Amino acid sequence: MDIHEYQAKEILSGYGIKIAEGGLAYSPEDAVQRAREIGGHVWAVKAQIHSGARGKAGGIKICKTHDEVEAAADCLLGKRLITHQTGPAGKVCGRLYVEAGTEIAKELYFCLLVDRSSERIVMVGSAQGGMDIEELAVTNPEAIVKIYIEPAVGLQDYQARKMAFKLGLDAEVISHAVKTIKGCYKALRALDVSMLEINPLVVTKSNELVALDAKMGFDDNALFRQQKISELRDKTQEDPREMAAADRGLSYVGLDGDIGCMINGAGLAMATMDMIKLAGGEPANFLDVGGGASAERTEKAFRLVLADKNVKAMLVNIFAGINRCDWIAEGVVQAVRKIDMKVPLIVRLSGTNVEEGRKIIAESGLPIITADTLAEAAEKAVLARNEVIAKEAAGA
Amino acid sequence: MAILINETTRIIVQGFTGKIGSFHAQDMINYGSNVVGGVTPGKGGQTHLGLPVFNTVKEAVQQAGAEASIIFVPPAFAADSIMEAADAGIKYCVAITDGIPTQDMMTVKNFLRRFPVEERMVLTGPNCAGTISPGRAMLGIMPGHIYMQGNVGIVGRSGTLGYEAADQMKRLGIGISTSVGIGGDPINGSSHRDILEKFENDPETKVVLMIGEIGGPQEVEAGIFAKHHMTKPVVAYIAGLTAPEGRRMGHAGAIISSAGESAAEKVALLRELGVTICPTPAAMGATVAEVLARL
Repeated sequence: MDIHEYQAKEILSGYGIKIAEGGLAYSPEDAVQRAREIGGHVWAVKAQIHSGARGKAGGIKICKTHDEVEAAADCLLGKRLITHQTGPAGKVCGRLYVEAGTEIAKELYFCLLVDRSSERIVMVGSAQGGMDIEELAVTNPEAIVKIYIEPAVGLQDYQARKMAFKLGLDAEVISHAVKTIKGCYKALRALDVSMLEINPLVVTKSNELVALDAKMGFDDNALFRQQKISELRDKTQEDPREMAAADRGLSYVGLDGDIGCMINGAGLAMATMDMIKLAGGEPANFLDVGGGASAERTEKAFRLVLADKNVKAMLVNIFAGINRCDWIAEGVVQAVRKIDMKVPLIVRLSGTNVEEGRKIIAESGLPIITADTLAEAAEKAVLARNEVIAKEAAGA
Repeated sequence: MAILINETTRIIVQGFTGKIGSFHAQDMINYGSNVVGGVTPGKGGQTHLGLPVFNTVKEAVQQAGAEASIIFVPPAFAADSIMEAADAGIKYCVAITDGIPTQDMMTVKNFLRRFPVEERMVLTGPNCAGTISPGRAMLGIMPGHIYMQGNVGIVGRSGTLGYEAADQMKRLGIGISTSVGIGGDPINGSSHRDILEKFENDPETKVVLMIGEIGGPQEVEAGIFAKHHMTKPVVAYIAGLTAPEGRRMGHAGAIISSAGESAAEKVALLRELGVTICPTPAAMGATVAEVLARL
């Protein structure tokens, strides 16, 4: 789960990390009011969307008068911002963070994350802040410092000092840097953070270390013990179809293709989507219905897949383990009878009680296309999709 | 032979008396696994499914000679159960539980590393379907009947995709020595590489099929191991060709978050390392058959 910059800053501030003075705004009037409260002569008006690289997308505006703050807020609120992290659909900005301008002497990069290879928390820093770290990793990998943290004893002062010196900080800022780095680590461990990125972490002209941006991602598996973090969820930043799926206990990811999918198991789902692509089609979604696919769950999954208006054909691929193919078949037949399906349906069943399952589909009298193997299922789905497209073209 | 489990392995179930634990314990017994009891704290001394229930894993080891355990404990308590098993002297543990926090798994892995290698419990999972040595023993939740006994080892992240592979092989008359699910989480007990090493040392296994997916470094690390330390051929399929960057595809660990984690990149790297790549997920069985025919 991701949170907004202002939320991350509020959390980090509680762990001793210095942030610029700022406030939240939902309207241009709010934004001006926040600027007044903050005082000074320069403000940053920042779009709050769940994505990095907002600056490049025009989501951060530096303003020198209250009129400029108002105009910036007016322009950003309700705007759809597209960054390389949001995908082509972008994300709509519904909140702004108005922050006091900071006089920057130096921009640094700092991040803490779970490293899957070493199975430890790794601290990543670079004296070249403000840049895309992935880009830097390619163009100048020597500029990136990585320090691994031993989980049993946690982050030690010497490691934080080492990072601070590698970031090229002056002696007089080192102790504040150590406090900042240790605060970040404490937050990460206490709140089940999977990724914490401060880009840029800046040294101000008055030689203070300030988190100018902050991005935090949390381990979804740990949200059960992070009640306060769960409450920070902003549903407007998430795909409505994926939210609806999650609320129904289904795992769904919307994609750009037109062959809808319902599969049990994440690996088999990905493999089936690969097979569709290799057969010349494009999947409309990833959908794992999970192990206990009851008739009710199957119907919900069907409705979810078919709610995507791009879908021209639907493929169901179930390998029954604990499940039984006859139960799945019953669920599919019931769902098709309840829902007015306008697109062809291809069903492939395998595993426990497969003969009984196939018999139920065959005897239902419904126009369901069946397949025995994964390859056959994908080929038939692509064929059915092509026929729908051809018919539409002929009709138009 | 086979790896990790066989017909004599003495198995206990942690979370034995719960609904899910009971169901799968019975299924494992029906398959022929040597289940010797289970653990549910507070229910020690009772009998469940005709077998003794213990309060602690230590008691199960001392009194029932338990060697392997399978965990059906809810996510919040699963890490504790795994560490209890390791401390009690269990040799091999399968964690089925889905949804264990990543930091808990970091703690578990760190805990396991404190034991000397020869005494260290082997853990597979969490978030997996378990392990099966067909015809001998099942320590998992898979449909046992789709697996035929033979000499191909399978290691994979996914449950149902592993079933698909076993089914394709059975249709071609190819059997399996052991199939190991390592699970879909970002930090797991054993990596692809760890399991490849076990198959390399198993005289019965002739070929290994590795079923990977997007996210993380494990498939490529396994490929490097295979190139330098294996005499047996490795066949691989990597799921997630169509997965977009930065999106989680069901499994907690199935997310492309840095360079080298996409299916296309992993396939290219594995090919360079001499691993035979299945052209499609429908050709896992056929590709294994071709490699077997060349031996």
